[in-house]
Amino acid sequence: MAVTVRIPTPLRKFTDDQAEVQADGANVGEVLSFVGEKHPGLAERIFDGKGKVRRFVNLFANDEDVRFLDNLDTELQDGDELSIVPAIAGGR
Amino acid sequence: MRRPQQPNPTEVFSSTRVRSAVELIGNTPLVRLRSITRDLPPKVEVYAKLEYFNPGGSVKDRAAWQMVRDAIADGRLTDDKTLIDSTSGNTGVAYAMIGAALGLSVSLVMPENVSQARKDIARAYGTHIIFSDPMESSDGAIRLVRQLVAEDKASGANRYFYPNQYANPGNPKAHYLTTAPEIWEQTGGRVTHFVTGLGTSGTIMGTGRRLKAYNPDIQVIGAQPTDSFHGLEGWKHMESSIQPQIFHPGELDDMLYIDTDDGWDMTERLAREEGIFVGHSGGGSLVAALEVASQLEEGVVVTLFPDHADRYTN
Repeated sequence: MAVTVRIPTPLRKFTDDQAEVQADGANVGEVLSFVGEKHPGLAERIFDGKGKVRRFVNLFANDEDVRFLDNLDTELQDGDELSIVPAIAGGR
Repeated sequence: MRRPQQPNPTEVFSSTRVRSAVELIGNTPLVRLRSITRDLPPKVEVYAKLEYFNPGGSVKDRAAWQMVRDAIADGRLTDDKTLIDSTSGNTGVAYAMIGAALGLSVSLVMPENVSQARKDIARAYGTHIIFSDPMESSDGAIRLVRQLVAEDKASGANRYFYPNQYANPGNPKAHYLTTAPEIWEQTGGRVTHFVTGLGTSGTIMGTGRRLKAYNPDIQVIGAQPTDSFHGLEGWKHMESSIQPQIFHPGELDDMLYIDTDDGWDMTERLAREEGIFVGHSGGGSLVAALEVASQLEEGVVVTLFPDHADRYTN
């Protein structure tokens, strides 16, 4: 299953400056593991030491915040989009 | 049982009457943090400047007001122009508030992922919002505003005034003229360290420069997020960002790097232990200030809380 993962600017240094990467996985957790293995450095930015998504990281499955869905268990279909967005914008 | 500290009942407070909301900018209170610092040596004092007492709710009122005043004074801003800038929130609210108070039209470019509350506040003042790509953070907003201003100039319309807080000397100047003298006066000239986070760097550059003019021994210490991917709203990871032209790191005595989680935890502690509920940038600045204070035997460490947590709650 191919899902498009949208990467925010501060994390593109781990994806060779690509704004989007393709990943396999049936749910959000699987897709993130896939991109984490493929792009070293990414997983540590998204997850804390205990394997939980950091508090300031928002994940959107097709524009829906996964916190209001099934979090990492949120199912994804072929062609779906997963966006990794910091809760804030930086600068003032 | 420790007895709760009582405020001094004999202290007299003066009330204020002004002609315009903009006259309420600055002169914010400085509060001593006593609970969160209880493990520090008794001769180490930590104070925070509560910038949410500004009428627009943040430290940004100071810079915005200075930049607008300078531009009106030299004719760059006239009432047929629209003030436009990129901002992820507080500066925008400041422009919006000042624009409303003076009857000026304001347009703001902000990344779509700023908090809903910020968007609502700016709109309440009658400000026009233009969204930039949330995936490109504040740099995306900077690029978009530059493009809009360039197009406006190229077309000959020339209807925008672009203060550009990242390059406008009025930004640090506001702090040189107000924030620093207030801190100097409020500590009776005893301040030894000034520690705060970096966004545009206007606060630390202007405040630091003036404090060092009062007393060159005063240490001026900046704080940044450990990584460009962070959650301390308002802060900038300088190494990976478009460098603000007003930023001169050589004038700082030291730079600390603060983890988002530590900043968030400190924000929660501040609310519970001091009754001060600020945005995460304030918590981050306090982590840095305490890191500095913990290495002292004696000293007066001043930090600054840019805004209130209300701004981030929906």
